Amino acid sequence: MRTPRWRSPRAVSAESRPRGDAGGVAIGNAYCAIHTIDWCGAATRVILRAMKNPFCAGGRARLALAPLAACLLAFAACEEAPPARTPKPASAGAAAPSASAGATLFTPERGAGEKAPEGEVSLAHVPKDLPLGVSPLLYAMAVPPQSVPSPAQIALGDKLFNDKRLSADDSVSCATCHDPKTGFTDHKTTAEGIKKQRGQRNSPTVLNAMFGATQFWDGRAATLEAQAKLPILNPIEMGMRSDADVVAKVQKIPEYAASFKQVFGRDVTFDDLAVALAAFERTQYSGTAPFDRFIQGDEKALNDAEKRGWALFNGKGRCNTCHAGNAVSPLFSDQKFHNIGIAAHKQDFPALAREAVAVVNSGNQKQVDELAIESKFSELGRFLVTKQTNDVGAFKTPTLRNVGITAPYMHDGSMDTLWDVMDHYNKGGVANPFLDGGMQRLGLSENDVDDLVAFMGSLTSDKFAAYGKQEMARMQGQKGKRPQRDMVAANGPNGSKGDLGDIAPDPDLKVKNPASNGVFGTYDVANGGK
Amino acid sequence: MGIKSIETKHMEEREAFFRKLSRVSRRDFVKLAGISAGIAASKGIVNPHSFQLVDVASADEGKPRFSFAYISDTHLYNRKLNDRFVRSILKAVDDVNALTPQPDFVLFGGDLAQLGAKDELELGAQILKSVKAPVRMMVGEHDWFLDMGDVWKGLFGAPQYSFDHKGVHFVTLMSVNEKDFWTARKMTPQQRMNTVAGLDNGTQSRFEVGPQGREWLKNDLAKIDAKTPLVVFSHSPLYKYYRDWNFWTEDADEVQAILSKFESVTVIHGHTHQLLSNHIGNIAFHGMLSTAWPWPYAPTGLPKLTVQMNRPDPFDNFDGCGDGRFEVGGSVAGLADSIYNLWDRNPVTVRASYLASNGAKDVPPATKLTSY
Repeated sequence: MRTPRWRSPRAVSAESRPRGDAGGVAIGNAYCAIHTIDWCGAATRVILRAMKNPFCAGGRARLALAPLAACLLAFAACEEAPPARTPKPASAGAAAPSASAGATLFTPERGAGEKAPEGEVSLAHVPKDLPLGVSPLLYAMAVPPQSVPSPAQIALGDKLFNDKRLSADDSVSCATCHDPKTGFTDHKTTAEGIKKQRGQRNSPTVLNAMFGATQFWDGRAATLEAQAKLPILNPIEMGMRSDADVVAKVQKIPEYAASFKQVFGRDVTFDDLAVALAAFERTQYSGTAPFDRFIQGDEKALNDAEKRGWALFNGKGRCNTCHAGNAVSPLFSDQKFHNIGIAAHKQDFPALAREAVAVVNSGNQKQVDELAIESKFSELGRFLVTKQTNDVGAFKTPTLRNVGITAPYMHDGSMDTLWDVMDHYNKGGVANPFLDGGMQRLGLSENDVDDLVAFMGSLTSDKFAAYGKQEMARMQGQKGKRPQRDMVAANGPNGSKGDLGDIAPDPDLKVKNPASNGVFGTYDVANGGK
Repeated sequence: MGIKSIETKHMEEREAFFRKLSRVSRRDFVKLAGISAGIAASKGIVNPHSFQLVDVASADEGKPRFSFAYISDTHLYNRKLNDRFVRSILKAVDDVNALTPQPDFVLFGGDLAQLGAKDELELGAQILKSVKAPVRMMVGEHDWFLDMGDVWKGLFGAPQYSFDHKGVHFVTLMSVNEKDFWTARKMTPQQRMNTVAGLDNGTQSRFEVGPQGREWLKNDLAKIDAKTPLVVFSHSPLYKYYRDWNFWTEDADEVQAILSKFESVTVIHGHTHQLLSNHIGNIAFHGMLSTAWPWPYAPTGLPKLTVQMNRPDPFDNFDGCGDGRFEVGGSVAGLADSIYNLWDRNPVTVRASYLASNGAKDVPPATKLTSY
């Protein structure tokens, strides 16, 4: 193993300072950051070298984390000078950042019982068998030591997850909408609860939900535990009237009364029930997709169409503006909320949105609360949580991992296939007063669209490989039906030439395949990894 | 306990979590937040009520109280060449048409066209016809220097005029005159236009209202009582901000002297494409947003009262752009509060009381976004 060499983080231009809502480094704008790195000459190469394993696997924590740390340090250094803390000496043979890289982010060689100092992330509790693409640091950040699920909690959570008795009429379980066999989705437009009632939103997958900064399409729940409780109580989902009712019902089932006693040492509580469900969900990390092998240096893991798709993803397709997949954004999601014009398909969205903004600006809290439960206002998305104008019609950027098996798409399940999704983005979304400015026409050709869809298919975990093929074939079969397709809008008034740089040029794969560029991939295989 | 209480409880837990995080040093927090794949982004959750109500303190009895909107610096090209800016002005028109209540009028802040071409100006005029409220036009240098205003005047009339509205005297100035730098250099009209449209060139002269314009202003104001609230529209800022970009009016001091006898003066200007606030003597200055692009702040000369907007996202067509409105008599009788309707961001209100108190009162919230 080779010790990475570091250049002072200050070598990176101050322009690379990313935007964050709360003073933090915003993962979502790694697009900008990565491109800045790209422009930074000498510093670039150093960091590229450091970023050998952006999507690292378990067992290689140090090697993979060091570049990540360096990358973040490079950004952070724009704010403040590196602190003076000296890194702990590394064990023999392991790569350790030199002093110029600043403090270590973590000290993995710390004993299990030893507590990490504030600001450092302990990796002692991280499972040793994480799949490719799920880094130990990501796990450690998402699952603090006290939340590591015990096998007993997981087993109980698994049972509860599949138990229809959690619903008012014993007809719906969590798995009804999040079916483990089909990628934890139901393939329905919107969720169907008890008495065949339809919700307003599409059931998202549980896979990798544990890494989400927030839960639900509008991010109204902060934790898996908080999320787990709400569908049980939602009158049109599982329909239990109150948490007391849930507790009473579960307590009456002898096997659960015993299990809860065993696992939690007490009678059933709603909190414990949520803890068990969350424990199960914390085992649903998913990686090891063809893409992960490609990014680890296996050139053959992706075919040509998928490689072209990855280049388009990071270029002309602008996908990485929000769905960046790289060392600092390992989930293909910026974890933010954007109005991409889905709601504008339906009803009179602009009028609705402006009505809602007026209500919020009037400061009438009662009216605001009433808004939130009226179904027609569901389309306002994140706005109902934050009451911020900027969030009108905004929904969470979902992860793209396993996207090939989670059709239909968007918060309302309004798009049947990935081709529909690409058609939507290709024309720059649907105009509305709160449309995100990142939504611009893309001028993608039909071949480009095919390549991008192929690339998305490469994000399906090996565990679902067969199902993924089946789903991709099914969507391919619907390719003739393209309700969102509008090539005039996608190409603009001047054809596919774009106007004044609106549309990025086609990637010239003959000259140099951007997909093999170290920024996105691992390292230059042809050049022996130099 | 119902649904709400559970969420509330978890919000509290979350708040506790972030309280704990805040004990971590800022630097470490930046790292933590970064790695945790956007926990920082979600931090907004604990602080959902930071939206600013546009509540307006009651102004004095009998003092004028109304609002007008603006669209500014649209820089239209021929649609075949670039329709992105066309989409932007259309978005602004939608915005002002959706205002409830409707503004008394809509000010167009200048630079309708990019290079003063006839088709650019006509396209703009056509689009502005769809504004529901009456439109008041101001000229910018991009509209003027191809034909020295011939087409613009044909479409919109004289560039310098005044009017009275609900007890306020409004003056629209032509502040972007330049001394003749082109004749001696034998420039074509197009070369002249392109020179003026550029930044950082020493060829063109500085903007000025000019001796004639100042004379006209003196005469116009001679008959107006000093107690009458006065609002002046000028395309360039009527002070000296940054010379090399013509964020500058050469005879600003003279013009300010003419305005000095009035008790309440508001100057509203375009050209700078950014959140910009200033206060000199008796005059409050508000810059307008552009629909086309945001300018960065100039390296020197930024007025200290300006609450800066952060550097916009270069991958977002709308970020840093927008339109806005002014509430006359909102926080201070006779002065105007500026509401910046920033697209893709939350609106920012810069109150007259903030400027009039020299920054002591009603400080606008600084952006929570860090710059790119």
